[in-house]
Amino acid sequence: MSGIAAAFRRHPELMVAAILVVTVVTIGLVNPVFWQPSNLFSLLRASVITGILGLAVLLVMLSGGIDVSFPAFAIAAMYLTVKAMIAWGFDSILPAFAMATGIGLLLGLVNAVFVHYLRMIPLIVTLGTGTAVRGFILGIVGTSQINIDQMPQRLIEFGRGQLFSVTQADGSQTGLSAMVLVYALIALLVHLLLRYTMVGRGIYALGGGEEAARRVGFNIRQTTFLVYGLAGAIAGFAGLLHGAMIWTANPRDMVGLELDVIAAVVLGGASIFGGRGSVIGTILGGLTLIVITNSLIILGIDTTWQRVVVGLIVITATAATAWRDRKRIA
Amino acid sequence: MAAPLIELRHVGKSFAAVRALEDVSLSIGRGEIHCLAGENGSGKSTLIKVVSGVWQPDQGELLIDGQRIESMTPRAAIAQGVQVIYQDFSLFGNLSVAENLALSSELQEGRKLVSWRRVRQIARQAIDRLGVELDLDAPVETLPTSGKQLVAIARALMSDPRLLIMDEPTTALTGREVAALFRVVRDIQSRGIAVLFVSHKMREMLEISERLTVIRNGRVVAAGPIAEFDEAAITRAMTGQEIAAEGYRWEPSPGAAPLLEVEGLTIPGQLEDVSLRVMPGEIVGVSGLLGSGRTELALALFGMRPGYAGRIRIGGREVRLDSVQRAIGHGIAYVPEDRLTEGLFLAQTIDRNMLATSLPRLSRAGVIQPGRAARDAAGMIREMAIATPTGDRPVTQLSGGNQQRVVIGRWLLNDPRLLILNGPTVGVDVGSKSGIHRKIRELARARGLGVLMISDDLPELVENCNRILVLHRGRLVSDTPVEATSETALGEQLAALA
Repeated sequence: MSGIAAAFRRHPELMVAAILVVTVVTIGLVNPVFWQPSNLFSLLRASVITGILGLAVLLVMLSGGIDVSFPAFAIAAMYLTVKAMIAWGFDSILPAFAMATGIGLLLGLVNAVFVHYLRMIPLIVTLGTGTAVRGFILGIVGTSQINIDQMPQRLIEFGRGQLFSVTQADGSQTGLSAMVLVYALIALLVHLLLRYTMVGRGIYALGGGEEAARRVGFNIRQTTFLVYGLAGAIAGFAGLLHGAMIWTANPRDMVGLELDVIAAVVLGGASIFGGRGSVIGTILGGLTLIVITNSLIILGIDTTWQRVVVGLIVITATAATAWRDRKRIA
Repeated sequence: MAAPLIELRHVGKSFAAVRALEDVSLSIGRGEIHCLAGENGSGKSTLIKVVSGVWQPDQGELLIDGQRIESMTPRAAIAQGVQVIYQDFSLFGNLSVAENLALSSELQEGRKLVSWRRVRQIARQAIDRLGVELDLDAPVETLPTSGKQLVAIARALMSDPRLLIMDEPTTALTGREVAALFRVVRDIQSRGIAVLFVSHKMREMLEISERLTVIRNGRVVAAGPIAEFDEAAITRAMTGQEIAAEGYRWEPSPGAAPLLEVEGLTIPGQLEDVSLRVMPGEIVGVSGLLGSGRTELALALFGMRPGYAGRIRIGGREVRLDSVQRAIGHGIAYVPEDRLTEGLFLAQTIDRNMLATSLPRLSRAGVIQPGRAARDAAGMIREMAIATPTGDRPVTQLSGGNQQRVVIGRWLLNDPRLLILNGPTVGVDVGSKSGIHRKIRELARARGLGVLMISDDLPELVENCNRILVLHRGRLVSDTPVEATSETALGEQLAALA
């Protein structure tokens, strides 16, 4: 038994994996509809945006900070980009995503300026910048939703792409969204960055102790700007991807999403104190959260309970990791 | 004669209007163990930072191998072979031992990518060099303090230093771990590496160092081979005053009833059938190795181990101490070992810290009476002789010794009958330490307070207690009047238990 306990301690991802397996098996037992390919594919598709945003939050949390501005940045990047595509009449995918990513990057760097130079608490900084950016978009750029009839055609086609499709028992076709591949690619890049580059280890080091990181020779300013800049860039990218997947650009979208994403990251074993967490954990945490919240319908539970479930997950997962980390520190 | 490894000549350093160092000269030879002694705020840290290039001196010069160094920077210091092990070790608790060891050399080499195989190789070499056993994959935060220190030393040795500066290396170590550390330090010395040992513990200086430099108020007040010093001389140099060991004599007053009687106190796995009694005015020392159950004893008496078995009587009345509130209600006060995390509200003022446990007493219908509160706090600041102009300063501005006085003063405001002190002077400098000791003895004598003093510091126990208990593996193994024992005897007893 102690071997299993030790394995859990060294690889917190195993814990999330276990929770995911238990959840999936339980839901599948209650309602076997869960196992239908259409349901499984839809869950994977639903986890793409939460998951990618989770990677952004993971970077910030590893460095010892927190970010609640990313849904606002994502929406700002998406709305500005789509507006620009319509106004300037371009609909190629690459420049569009480059623009959204660039907008996110710039906004993320603003966060970094406040956090690094003014030594402000990241929660307050990102609350402020997030709210300000949302207000700016609604007040200056526009409040109207851009619907499918106005959305750039190639963006919709891109969001529609499927990896493969299967024929279900009832004869209907169902396919797996190609966006899952985009998610996998970003996750792999973030994983490689964190695990196999010195700047990535610098993020862990910063989360482990700022003074120690400085003494050992890490560039704290560079790391802070990298973390918030990259988080913003990923959020901007995810924002446009989100628009492409739902074929609309709504400037009031993603309100309250920060909590779901933070819940997923914490569920994935990341520490709210910084320095601990992994890409694999975050992916598993995102999947678990999506599986739980999206399965309420097939479990016969009213969806209004979804927010309650998210809130409870945040509290339990944070309590569990905080308890774990405090025990280690003691 | 060859030039010394490193030499400071008439170095001065000021910060704004404060002179941190004045005319300091110091030289360290190759492979020498040199001890730098001084109280908190004496300029020790500034001196370390000048040697390691963090700060540039305003006056004087710095020579390495007899060559004058024009401008010392941290990078230049490292290149010259100066390595500092800070008190907090500067390690990453969240990262593995291997990564902690390899990070700085990987960074120095300007690597961009991480090869985990190379990280392990580098770490393995560093550990082998030190000749110790450490689990390379363990996160550093899971190691005991002594293990973290070994990681810090191994890391410092990787860059082939010629001078290793250790800032207060023994603060958080037990006696046995200190002995192990000294073996490592002597081994380092045998390879020709000089060690500058920064400390305020006299016994250790006498044991390990060859030469000693004492600084006070930024000036060198004594220096020379260690043979020229004894404990009293070092204390005199550090504090500028004579602090004599006074000892505590206690005479039982006839007919007095015991303040505290404990019978068969048992907490499974921690304490086993412990019985003891404390009379009013007694100062009873409690010693034992880490894990002996001495802290559990304190926690049980303070109501933090509600599941205990056994009987506890206070003032002859049987009581059940199953919550902190109840323990406080029975007049028990506890000053924990780690005052920074357990005893003080660091972000608050001295007054608020002082009054933290007195608020119910100072309130009427749930509202604090500010006048009485201010009077009480001011009175206690005077009584405990806390060095501050007013009580509305943040408590963090006080020195360690004064912070400890705030914690003790807070409990005295509650008028306790039994005061439990866990490591009362850990991290407190010599001058302050004897002040705190005097205060504790005075309180016991004047107020008839019973004191349980838990400490690793054997001289502290012998000087202040009239009776010393030794715990081992949760059992009480001896209860000796102080006249019948000595520091040496106690030291030997503890060493035999280890």
